[in-house]
Amino acid sequence: MLLIKNGRVIDPASGTDARMDVWLDGQGIARIAPPGGPQDREKEESRRDAGAATLDAAGLIVAPGFIDLHCHLREPGGENSETIETGTRAAARGGFTAVCCMPNTRPVNDNASVTRGILERAAVAGSTRVWPIGAASAGSRGETLAEIAAMQKAGIVAVSDDGRPIATAKLLREVMEYCRSLDLPVIDHCEDPSLFAGASMREGRQSTRLGIMGMPAATESIAVCRDLQVAELTGCRFHVAHLSARGSLEQVRAAKQRGLRVSCEVTPHHFTLCDEDVGYDTHFKMNPPLAAAEDRAALLEGLADGTVDAIATDHAPHEPASKQVEFDHAPFGVTGLETALGLALELVHSGRISLPRMVELFTSGPARVLGRNRRIAAGEPADLTIFSADTSWTFHAQDSASKSRNSPFDGRQLSGAPMATIVDGRVVYLREESRLSQNNAGAAPH
Amino acid sequence: MTERLRQLLDIESLTAEQITFLLDQAKPFQEIQRHPLKKLATLRGKTVALAFFEPSTRTRISFATAAARLGADVMNFQAENSSLKKGESLLDTARTLDAMKPDCIVMRHSSSGAPYFVSRHLEIPVISAGDGTHEHPTQALLDALTIRDRRGTLQGLRVAIIGDILHSRVARSNLHLLGKLGSSITLCGPAMWLPRELECLGAPVRRTSRIEEALEGADVVIVLRVQQERMNEAALPLDEYVLLYQLTPERLRYAQPDALMLHPGPMIRGLEIDPAVADGPQSCVLEQVTNGLAVRMALLFLLIGAGSEMEETKGTPHVAD
Repeated sequence: MLLIKNGRVIDPASGTDARMDVWLDGQGIARIAPPGGPQDREKEESRRDAGAATLDAAGLIVAPGFIDLHCHLREPGGENSETIETGTRAAARGGFTAVCCMPNTRPVNDNASVTRGILERAAVAGSTRVWPIGAASAGSRGETLAEIAAMQKAGIVAVSDDGRPIATAKLLREVMEYCRSLDLPVIDHCEDPSLFAGASMREGRQSTRLGIMGMPAATESIAVCRDLQVAELTGCRFHVAHLSARGSLEQVRAAKQRGLRVSCEVTPHHFTLCDEDVGYDTHFKMNPPLAAAEDRAALLEGLADGTVDAIATDHAPHEPASKQVEFDHAPFGVTGLETALGLALELVHSGRISLPRMVELFTSGPARVLGRNRRIAAGEPADLTIFSADTSWTFHAQDSASKSRNSPFDGRQLSGAPMATIVDGRVVYLREESRLSQNNAGAAPH
Repeated sequence: MTERLRQLLDIESLTAEQITFLLDQAKPFQEIQRHPLKKLATLRGKTVALAFFEPSTRTRISFATAAARLGADVMNFQAENSSLKKGESLLDTARTLDAMKPDCIVMRHSSSGAPYFVSRHLEIPVISAGDGTHEHPTQALLDALTIRDRRGTLQGLRVAIIGDILHSRVARSNLHLLGKLGSSITLCGPAMWLPRELECLGAPVRRTSRIEEALEGADVVIVLRVQQERMNEAALPLDEYVLLYQLTPERLRYAQPDALMLHPGPMIRGLEIDPAVADGPQSCVLEQVTNGLAVRMALLFLLIGAGSEMEETKGTPHVAD
């Protein structure tokens, strides 16, 4: 039993944006109502007498639980960089209640036993829900289909060969035909491998100046074009991972207008930084690389006008030693779970998007991509994210809950932070200096 | 007031004053190359570490000779017979070299930015002897010294750079340096090796893929080496390159009659350059090599010798004993 009172409830699915109290009952939401009725006060007192907990969310926003469509938890096989335990703890600190983990583990999550292993580990050690994404092809090698239906029974929510594109149009077609019959979305890391080969950043003024081999924007948009054609051919639900280029966004916008079941996500680093920010610091090296300023402007438009469905972190932890190398030798990827909300709120503070729209991009938006609901209503699972839109703080990679430190935002001052993350009625993260008062130990932080 | 140089990672971050100062400092060292006894004691007791992570003969010998002529000891590290092959990281290698207490480290590396990475982790001055496709600062300095000797100034000169601009660290350093000292530059090469964005690297830059147009009225022609190892992957047949871009006596006539011809070496006669031009009266190639010694001596003197304690521009090398 938990009462979250006096918060500003923003629930994009129902269009709610009002001061409300939210009562939880075990693992579910029992009821939401405007605060302060005499009847409620009475109820609250009796609850308190009964030893139930209350969170005072005055001045805070109460949102449906955030979903990250795209992260790398590295387990199994990459435990030096991250584990399900540390990755989901970072997720909880970032306000996420569910994370979709990409299948490029060792071994690759291309069969039900790996999927089950991940879910069993998550059940024991995870702070948040873990929704695995299965490989599209066996070993993500791009040759034959993975055991997709078996993985679906085990619990995957989508398929992808993330880290690499689905190799050929023919294979993509087969994956899409099959996934349409299973009603699973296909997520592709859109990239033309021949344009990508050898490059470490986006091609342009800055890559020329630094003498770093670059890839043009077309590296992504060519692949988006192919994928959209195959999605149209098959009628499969198709999601573009970490979209970064104007040309890609325009194609997705046009495809949506044509009625295709297409969606896309954008990462905080792509909507915050651009290629001009790249020096020789390997913490600014990721794939797709930071794009041109004009691409970033297009992403901001897409985030505002609804073309973009979700903000996803592409949290890609790498152990420090692997990033302490020459720029062109360093692996691609940056962490992102703990900075995502703060960076998204920068868009709200600068007037780019509204606060409800931002919440949508973290909640009902990604849920829709997966064919799910995400809302605050009686009977729904009690997954909630309570955050401040204005608390000022500085992100220090050193203090991250992740095992890795490879963030381009180390030392960045952010405005707004998660205060409490609730999964299945349990408070899995409570910010220490939180204004939330929690008067019962029954819901102690995980 | 010229800000004192603490290391040399690139030309881009230098001011015109710093570059001019460096070139001025090279003057007395040019004299020394003509002297029968060339060895000074200026850097006696100092150690210069040469860390070459990429094969190089000319630049390495030039730095080693420069250090020796200043009386310094040289630590020679070459990747081919090093622990890198055993998987040691660049950082560990650099720290190991540093632990042997050299006074500076001269490094060449195939990755752009590698000298920045090393310099962030070491206290001693780092001198880039070329990094990836980024910069080759001492090459640009010796080119500038050569041109200035012949012409008195770089201001207002028209310089054509011919070759694979995209992959050339020599071109980038020259672009920065020549631009800062007031030359105007025309870049010329096969279109796929002519990046669009080079205009923004400071200097007024023209691009053309027609060599006659690039040479028209030029005061200086810098011919870049054709990297044959790259030629294979770039799908441009060598014969095509020769047909369109080889610097021949006929083509050189488009330039000023007394135009200078520079080449960073090693030259491949019959490929990017016709032997008649390589050996012709306009060729400055051997002067460049000698000037390379002078520039590198001046640099070492300024960074780790008495020059490193000089406040301002008044110091001259101390020719001891």
